[in-house]
Amino acid sequence: MHDSAFQIFVNALLANNFVLAMFLGLCPFLGVSGKLDTAFPMGVATTFVMLVASLCAYGLNLLLTAFHLEFLRLISYIVIIASAVQLVEMVLKKYSPGLFRALGIYLPLITTNCAVLGVALFQTAREYDFVQSVTFSIGGGAGFTLALVLMASVRERLQLSNVPDLAQGTALSLMLAGILSLSFMGFAGLGG
Amino acid sequence: MSAPATWDEFMEGIWRQNPVFVMVLGMCPTLAVTVSGVNALSMGLATLFVLVCSCGLVSLMRNIVPKEVRIAVYIVIIATFVTVVDYLIQAISLALYDALGAFIQLIVVNCIILGRAEAHASRNPPLPAMINALGMSFGFVIGLLALGTVREILGAGTLFGVSLFGAGFQPWVIMVLPPGGFFVLGAWLLVFSWWARRKAKRGSTQNA
Repeated sequence: MHDSAFQIFVNALLANNFVLAMFLGLCPFLGVSGKLDTAFPMGVATTFVMLVASLCAYGLNLLLTAFHLEFLRLISYIVIIASAVQLVEMVLKKYSPGLFRALGIYLPLITTNCAVLGVALFQTAREYDFVQSVTFSIGGGAGFTLALVLMASVRERLQLSNVPDLAQGTALSLMLAGILSLSFMGFAGLGG
Repeated sequence: MSAPATWDEFMEGIWRQNPVFVMVLGMCPTLAVTVSGVNALSMGLATLFVLVCSCGLVSLMRNIVPKEVRIAVYIVIIATFVTVVDYLIQAISLALYDALGAFIQLIVVNCIILGRAEAHASRNPPLPAMINALGMSFGFVIGLLALGTVREILGAGTLFGVSLFGAGFQPWVIMVLPPGGFFVLGAWLLVFSWWARRKAKRGSTQNA
């Protein structure tokens, strides 16, 4: 892999957007995107967890490879992510209780956000070095936040419009996601 | 539990609480791997194995594990079985392994599995827990197949690799690309809610 850091960033942010092109992290994408006020902090929290997880996963992978324990990779990654989420949860609870309550169940669920584990797994599979891993995780997180914010803004507008009630709810969100995804395909080719 | 209750437990996952169409859980693998019928089926079977095994084990350990650390324990159990499946698929078919890619390992974070472990297996003895898990998995497989076959037929003109329409067919490529996944699932949900609506309108009181 000889991709420059910038290419990786743009690629993870737009062309291969985690949510809209790779289908990672759909649960929070559909669950928390109802209001802009919660969508943005959720995106930032997830990005932070991704960054921490990516850093730890990088170090851990070196360690596991050195001891030939690759079969433990998945288990150790998930433990790292769970601890990182716990950390974010404690910080939020202490400094921003209101936000903590607003995010509710979706905060601990970051642990089972495929996007976070996805970052760790993809950077291992693609053999990224340290700088590449960090840019990849930040780009991926920013892409996740972008998709979440776009979706939340559209859904806030839709609340005011007259939608047939058959299409209300998840079906509508999925159709919206499809259209967003269609427009993100226009970025294909950017960043190599 | 009596026999009909067990059957009910099994059917619950297939119909009334179908993980894909009713609960909308486990969306990531659902949409990502369903570009063809074969992929969908193998993903479904891999998930079935992990779900049934981990629910059984979680249920066996439900009285030993302290409440505070239960989620961590569940995750480790699930991750263990996923590692098993990961190596198994790699051994059986390398082509399939490459097609499914990272999504086999991502079964760990499939919300259906953790959800079942927490909501059902941790409160019930092993047998009902596993039956419930089996029903859920079949529901998941059906959901995956419903998506996978539609996308394969529309996007490639084939079904399980067999050409359906002959050479003159112009494939609807968008269906096998990411947006197609969202559209097809959205369409299925519309069909189901239309169905539920019609049923409610008739005022039928008999429950399935």
